[in-house]
Amino acid sequence: MSSAPTITLAPAAARRANGFWRRALRHRSFVLGGALCLLVLFAALLSLVWTPWSAYDLDVAAKLRPPSASHWLGTDVLGRDIVSLLLVGARATILVGIIAVGIGLTFGVGLGLIAAARRGWTEELIMRMSDFTFAFPAVLSAIMLAAVVGPGMVTSITAIGIFQIPVFVRVTRGSAGAIWAREFVLAARASGKGRFRITIEHVLPNIMSVLIVQATIQFALAILAEAALSYLGLGTQPPTPSWGRMLNDAQSLLFQSPMLAVYPGMAIAIAVLGLNLLGDGLRDLLDPRLSRER
Amino acid sequence: MSVFVLRRFLTLVATLLGASVIIFLVLDALPGNAAETLMGADASPDAIRALTVKLGLDQPLLTRYVHWIGGMLVGDLGNSYAYGTPVAGLIAERLALTIPLAILSMAITVVLALAAGIYTAANHNRLGDVGVMSLTQIGIALPNFWFAILLILLFAVKLQWLSAGGFAGWDDGIWPGVKSLLLPAVSLAVVQAAILARVTRSAVLEVLREDFVRTARAKGLSRREVLWQHVLRNAMIPVMTVMGLQFANLLAGTIVIENVFYLPGLGRLIFQSIANRDLIVVRNCVMLLAGMVVVVNFVVDVLYAYIDPRIKVHDL
Repeated sequence: MSSAPTITLAPAAARRANGFWRRALRHRSFVLGGALCLLVLFAALLSLVWTPWSAYDLDVAAKLRPPSASHWLGTDVLGRDIVSLLLVGARATILVGIIAVGIGLTFGVGLGLIAAARRGWTEELIMRMSDFTFAFPAVLSAIMLAAVVGPGMVTSITAIGIFQIPVFVRVTRGSAGAIWAREFVLAARASGKGRFRITIEHVLPNIMSVLIVQATIQFALAILAEAALSYLGLGTQPPTPSWGRMLNDAQSLLFQSPMLAVYPGMAIAIAVLGLNLLGDGLRDLLDPRLSRER
Repeated sequence: MSVFVLRRFLTLVATLLGASVIIFLVLDALPGNAAETLMGADASPDAIRALTVKLGLDQPLLTRYVHWIGGMLVGDLGNSYAYGTPVAGLIAERLALTIPLAILSMAITVVLALAAGIYTAANHNRLGDVGVMSLTQIGIALPNFWFAILLILLFAVKLQWLSAGGFAGWDDGIWPGVKSLLLPAVSLAVVQAAILARVTRSAVLEVLREDFVRTARAKGLSRREVLWQHVLRNAMIPVMTVMGLQFANLLAGTIVIENVFYLPGLGRLIFQSIANRDLIVVRNCVMLLAGMVVVVNFVVDVLYAYIDPRIKVHDL
């Protein structure tokens, strides 16, 4: 008899997933955002196996070439191919975003769930601590870390990750608190489940959609922060290509090669726009009650 | 009301103290000794020892922390390791740029955002609404320092109306100074305004659905009168929350933007100090910026309670 529920459940789950995709593919910002995100992801994956030129080899003789058949967007001041740099730069962006949001999710959701489950002074302590972390925007913590341990990708990931934590604490605490007030939680408590089991079995699944939406938006913010830190020289270090760094290099050549300052910024904007649109779309699709006025 | 303000004030003090402890621990207690880094690898141990004593770094941590906080209360932040001049003076000099920049861009943000937000809400779902909202969606995705570079390309490189960077100072009157802060302020403001416009629009639309709006219309007020007299005041709470958070972003943003435009503000000072290993300046600048963020959020919270008397202590 134990196999019966799985047999009936699997098609139901599949049907639900089907319904989601059918609605999703009709949702304009979800589709557009998804396409832009896939474009960036594809660029990063493609750069692992193929780039038109090497993004690391310098060829000063071929510096600042205009766009041509061999260099589609031209070359930078060190003779590196812009297209190749943009493709490889997508990797740093995605990597920093994933790890930083991962840090924020792990600690932020954990602390938020504890705050909602335990209430009292534990909650007070966690919420005050997260308020207080807000006082350190990513740029500020990156500056502190850079002053002590030096700039680099680890510095920027840590700084951005720390700044993500309080956001997730607040969102988790807020939505988990609402779930704790629901009747099915009361029923679960009455049936003798402990706080931990209720959190894992009832609270977390019910706030998942909120968290997915928030994570998408935070990913976009992380990309912006990474770009700013790399631009300032606190993030990804040369020779590893990054979009922020490319903008920094381009700024001293604004009068000679203005377009060098345009491409990397467009790449950042595409990634951020894609994630924001995807987030908006997911919000509408996963949790219609949350959807913003449009 | 006063209990709320008092309680909120105590939280403010606690937060500031907490922030100072973290900053102190990260910048002063972590590995390495400022004297050692200042003098370089090949300095003699005696020289390092002498400098350590001179800078007071041989004192116990707690003494140094108390000394710092005590000095801060009377405006004495110690002397810069690199320049030898008082840190308070260095910072005050730079604030003459950073504070006007932050205020100017906040003003531009608010004007742009309220105009766009109210316009789109009043024209809900019409062409203008959809157009402006698409623009804000793009605005949110722009890195502000890239937008700054685009502005430089247009106004300094192509049209040559404004300079690509640098600061004219306040000695020749207000206008030259404001002129050199114009592009930086706009580049900070546009991205923030895009976010705030969306918040304003949602807030106004939300209030427009309330019963009292229908009542006001029913008693014969025009749409315009209802919007300006009843709706806006009620829509301001979420708008102000976001404005408070944005001010924090703005301060962090000035660090980046000052570097784009080579403006001698607080952000540049922090960067030069990192390069000089001038940790005492970094520590005080970071404390100042974090402090401003915390104080702004405190002011916003107190203003809420003032605007909306329904906010009570337990909502804190």
